[in-house]
Amino acid sequence: MIEVNNIRKTYGDTVALDAVTLSVGKGELFGLIGPDGAGKTSLFRILTTLLLPEGGSATVNHHDVVKDYKKIRKEAGYMPGNFSLYQDLSVEENLQFFASIFHTDIQTNFEIIRSIYEPLAPFKNRRAGALSGGMKQKLALCCSLIHNPPVLFLDEPTTGVDALSRQEFWETLHELKKKGVTILVSTPYMDEASLCDRIAMIQAGHLIGIGTPAEIISGFTKPLWSVSGMDIYRLLKDLQDFQQTDSCSLFGNNIHVTLKNGVADVSALKEYLLRKGHETASINPVAPVIEDCFIERMKE
Amino acid sequence: MRTILFILQKEFLQIFRNKGMLPIIFFLPLIQLLILAYAANYDIKNITVDIIDNDHSLWSERLTHKIFASGYFKYHGTPQNIPSAMEDIKDDRADMILVIPPDFEQNLIRKNKQEVQILINAINGMKAGIGSGYIQSILQDYNIRIRKEWMHATAVETQVSPQINVTDAYWYNPYMDYKQFMVPGILVVLVTMIGAFLSGMNIVREKETGTIDQLNVTPIRKVHFIIGKLMPFWIIAMAELAFGLVFSWWFFHLSYAGNIWLIFLFAGIYLIVMLGIGLLISTQTQTQQQAMFITWFFFVIFLLLSGLFTPVNSMPQWAQRITLFNPVAWFIKVIRMVLIKGSGFSDILPYLMIITLFALIINSIAILTYRKKS
Repeated sequence: MIEVNNIRKTYGDTVALDAVTLSVGKGELFGLIGPDGAGKTSLFRILTTLLLPEGGSATVNHHDVVKDYKKIRKEAGYMPGNFSLYQDLSVEENLQFFASIFHTDIQTNFEIIRSIYEPLAPFKNRRAGALSGGMKQKLALCCSLIHNPPVLFLDEPTTGVDALSRQEFWETLHELKKKGVTILVSTPYMDEASLCDRIAMIQAGHLIGIGTPAEIISGFTKPLWSVSGMDIYRLLKDLQDFQQTDSCSLFGNNIHVTLKNGVADVSALKEYLLRKGHETASINPVAPVIEDCFIERMKE
Repeated sequence: MRTILFILQKEFLQIFRNKGMLPIIFFLPLIQLLILAYAANYDIKNITVDIIDNDHSLWSERLTHKIFASGYFKYHGTPQNIPSAMEDIKDDRADMILVIPPDFEQNLIRKNKQEVQILINAINGMKAGIGSGYIQSILQDYNIRIRKEWMHATAVETQVSPQINVTDAYWYNPYMDYKQFMVPGILVVLVTMIGAFLSGMNIVREKETGTIDQLNVTPIRKVHFIIGKLMPFWIIAMAELAFGLVFSWWFFHLSYAGNIWLIFLFAGIYLIVMLGIGLLISTQTQTQQQAMFITWFFFVIFLLLSGLFTPVNSMPQWAQRITLFNPVAWFIKVIRMVLIKGSGFSDILPYLMIITLFALIINSIAILTYRKKS
């Protein structure tokens, strides 16, 4: 459904995307995961024909993003990162407007947005600008779905949305997926990766891993240790100074650590921490998650 | 085509919902019309005059009477000497000093010749010019009357040599009614403001709020988008012009000499020029604020070089050449021609062609830059 081949884009001296290649199959829920400034939005803007790539090629639903941009604009659904609807128009007016410019009406494709629109219905006469964050997001999703697109681009839809709304939103995406919509979604939240069928990890314009969440996690072969203690900041500093430390990063209230030369011996680490005065520190083996994989691959 | 209708519908919804824009469009023009038409008044009826009569004779009295009987001059006072009269001018109490020399009567009778001195405050050049013109014609008239009277009295006197008598008649605006002259120009300013200011801001607003990204990933064609965004202001400006013409007729009792529809014809094309300028500015700016400042910059230049306040003919050559590229100047010229002078279609045809050329050039540039930028 989406084919990206060796795409390159620069802004002056800054490389936004470099040799990005990925492929999203029909009906797939594909996540693009990376921190702010990694190039996610640039890739989205290229695929939605808002930006021209400098090198490489890409197709959406078999349409070239440069040559057939008009066809993509007719078919694709796009929800930009920041709220891009008319704040001074009501919920219904926004929906009506986007339906009509796609030469359709609200009723024709209402089935696809029904469940998303339901909680909005009581506020249909309220101006979009006066809606809560979660409601705005629902409305934006409705507007990008009103013409029943085969493929949907969601640029950081969950950024700045509360935990509950985020969860709801992902449930909605799964429902849409069941209806056969191909979805490309970007997010800076690593914990959302496991909700996708497949993910691509992006860092500084480079893809640093692609596959199903399980595949990516299984690619993490080093033993991973979770260290917790009293003074977490000093603990982190000391762990960084430990000669055997390969990587260590803060993970909630713990520190995830991998040691050099693979297995190594944890006892050396224990001794080191005791010597540094971390009597209460505990070291436990832990199963890696996507974030560990991301940090691991970022170094390569 | 239907797409344009949908965009139009959306635009009007937004315009009528925008609490900031609504008064700008519908309320401020009225205020502007009222304030400008009354305040910027160059009415030459109120030239205040100081008389320094050093003669105090019957004849000097007659001259003074004649001047104030004309209705153009207002008596201020009779200072003792020129320096104290100059004080009045300095403090703006008087616009003009008339100095009648001593022995005015004697010399007039004996030598059949006399001189008076007129001092005029020329800070306001227009007022000074018209004022001195009036007083000169009054003096001339006074002169002739005296001669006529004396011819009866002293028949032996040789016949007065024939002389050329200049009389003024102000054509097309016989009473030099300032409003008649000014209000059409103000209407042009109103139309220009809506055309250039608001249209540019309206397109930039889509950029500012990011909605343009959403719109670009829809089948909307750029041309439809531009037309849909600009047309509301064409319609509003035309409606405002109509309102302004009716209001001025009803409130200021202006009479329109020519065919009103010619004004609408010209305004229709003129507005396309203005909308093109708005579009061009919108391609160069990212926020409404930037758009506003740039439009303001051009607007002030256009306005000051438009002939609204100072006649284009009295500008230096190079400035006159600049006004050739000023659409506002053309429209002010045409609206005055039609409304005051009663010019017909064939009279304004050359101007119509010029403004059409403007519209074509500006919009070609605007559309080309718009394409390039996105």
